Amino acid sequence: MVAVLAIMALLIAAHYEFTPTELVVVLPSADGHTGAVVVERDGRRTVLDQPYAADRVGRNSGTAKLSEREVRSTFGSTLAAIPARPARFLLYFVAGTDELTAESKVELARMLEELRRRPSPDILVIGHTDRVGGDADNDRLSLQRAERVRESFVAQGIAAERIRAAGRGEREPIVPTADGVDEPRNRRVEINVR
Amino acid sequence: MRWILTLLAAVFAAASAAVCYANDVGQIKNLRGTVHLERDGQRLAAAPGMGVKQADVLVTGADGTVGVTFLDNSLLSLGPRSTLAIDRYSFDSTTHDGQFDTSLKRGTLAVVSGRIVQRSPEAMRVRTPSAIMGVRGTEFVVKVDEPAR
Repeated sequence: MVAVLAIMALLIAAHYEFTPTELVVVLPSADGHTGAVVVERDGRRTVLDQPYAADRVGRNSGTAKLSEREVRSTFGSTLAAIPARPARFLLYFVAGTDELTAESKVELARMLEELRRRPSPDILVIGHTDRVGGDADNDRLSLQRAERVRESFVAQGIAAERIRAAGRGEREPIVPTADGVDEPRNRRVEINVR
Repeated sequence: MRWILTLLAAVFAAASAAVCYANDVGQIKNLRGTVHLERDGQRLAAAPGMGVKQADVLVTGADGTVGVTFLDNSLLSLGPRSTLAIDRYSFDSTTHDGQFDTSLKRGTLAVVSGRIVQRSPEAMRVRTPSAIMGVRGTEFVVKVDEPAR
């Protein structure tokens, strides 16, 4: 009897050994919001929409709630390899020039720290102007602003071929104004990094 | 003189093509240990900055991890001893319509969904040997153990 049970136990263990096991766990997002994953298996749909809700097949099949520690121990090196989140920055300029405001000079230094943490960044710099002056002048000035920021990144050791610069003139104001209005928030470059 | 200019133009075009990575759907952002890309029957050593294309298969060794950022800002990473196929990727940067299908054959995968899913929930799918997962805007992890031999 004992021998039969032992053999059965071995067979069960062997069965699990040879069964591929799968696990999916939903995580809370960086912004605190948890979305959902719909797991479809053998015609059944399971919606996982709570932080650390898990669905398993193989050993302990079914849904469960895992702890953050369990997730870390299984997925630690995987989660550590997630690329840096895409980010967007704004820098502002002194009216009519490609000179950064004093605050934005400080912000630029902070941003460079952030850019250096990314091993192979793709950077898109888009220049904008306020609505003072003509379209052609503003197109030129917006590109000049973007190029100036690009040059300062390159001077700080970021590879030039990873940065694209473009000017959008006065077409895309953050604050809509009448033509000719001197709006500081529209005199900017947007920097998109990923 | 003219042929030199033509040559220079050709070299420049080739260089800018290398930088623009035609048909790339994503880019390797970080990498540790041994990581390969299988493409058109070839096995390429992966490196940071390298482009990823539809139909590529990413393979990590026992000491390997890799992270990829896609055009729609989806982020994917693999842990050691993992194999992930990029079955299908399309993304319209104007409308944000797209489709993103991958298959995890073995190992571990972490996903942060991007604009494709923001626009159309479940337009991103991850297949495992036993399941299909539809993604509705979230971060999640998946593990597929190989059967013991």
